[in-house]
Amino acid sequence: MSIAVKRRPKHLDLFTIQLPIPGLVSILHRISGAALFLLFIPLGLFALQGSLASEQEFTAWSGLLAKPLAKLVLIGFIWAWAHHLLAGIRYLLLDVHVGIQLQPARLSSKIVMVLSLAITLLLAIKLW
Amino acid sequence: MVTRVVVGAHYGLGDWLLQRLTAVVMAVYLVMVGVVLLCNPPSDYLTWKALFAPQWFRVASLIFLLGVFYHAWIGMRDILMDYVKPVAVRLGLEVLVALALIAYACWSITILWRV
Repeated sequence: MSIAVKRRPKHLDLFTIQLPIPGLVSILHRISGAALFLLFIPLGLFALQGSLASEQEFTAWSGLLAKPLAKLVLIGFIWAWAHHLLAGIRYLLLDVHVGIQLQPARLSSKIVMVLSLAITLLLAIKLW
Repeated sequence: MVTRVVVGAHYGLGDWLLQRLTAVVMAVYLVMVGVVLLCNPPSDYLTWKALFAPQWFRVASLIFLLGVFYHAWIGMRDILMDYVKPVAVRLGLEVLVALALIAYACWSITILWRV
């Protein structure tokens, strides 16, 4: 087994290179996943517990969701969830070799970006 | 001379597969609940509570939540492995994540079966 390491030129000038769109979907999948774990799992469990506990708490949680800040948080959750779900479906398809060529992979990344933002926008309008 | 390539314990493949299996479980549950909620949106406390009354719905919800927690464990572990290089710090954070997820799992059971 050869362990020779090729010295290849590195080009990491961040002002002239940019992340290709599948890379953008990938890092956003990671960021949205971390946000879902850090913020939205505990928040969701609190909301589930509260809304199921009693009539008063249900009303309190419904009232809270009428506040602008809570709506912004909910919209953040909707985007993180929609992006993570859609990008996840894309990865499942890539796993079974659907759309692994360059052009389809770029197209499906764009679809994920547009669709997740569209879902967020639609639900945001409905919410507000 | 025997040359061997050390490739680890292979648990990575099982986790990779479970991450995808839990993803499919979550997607199926979300579609199911989404359809139920769209057909009759719970406008008040009693209809919301009634949704969680059948035993099968509690079990399905628990399976979904356990799927979320295991999926989150694999994802968070991957993130920590990629970005946190000092072993002690990484192990500490991994333990914190694991403990939080185990606590969430216990909490979920109490929420679902107290209704």
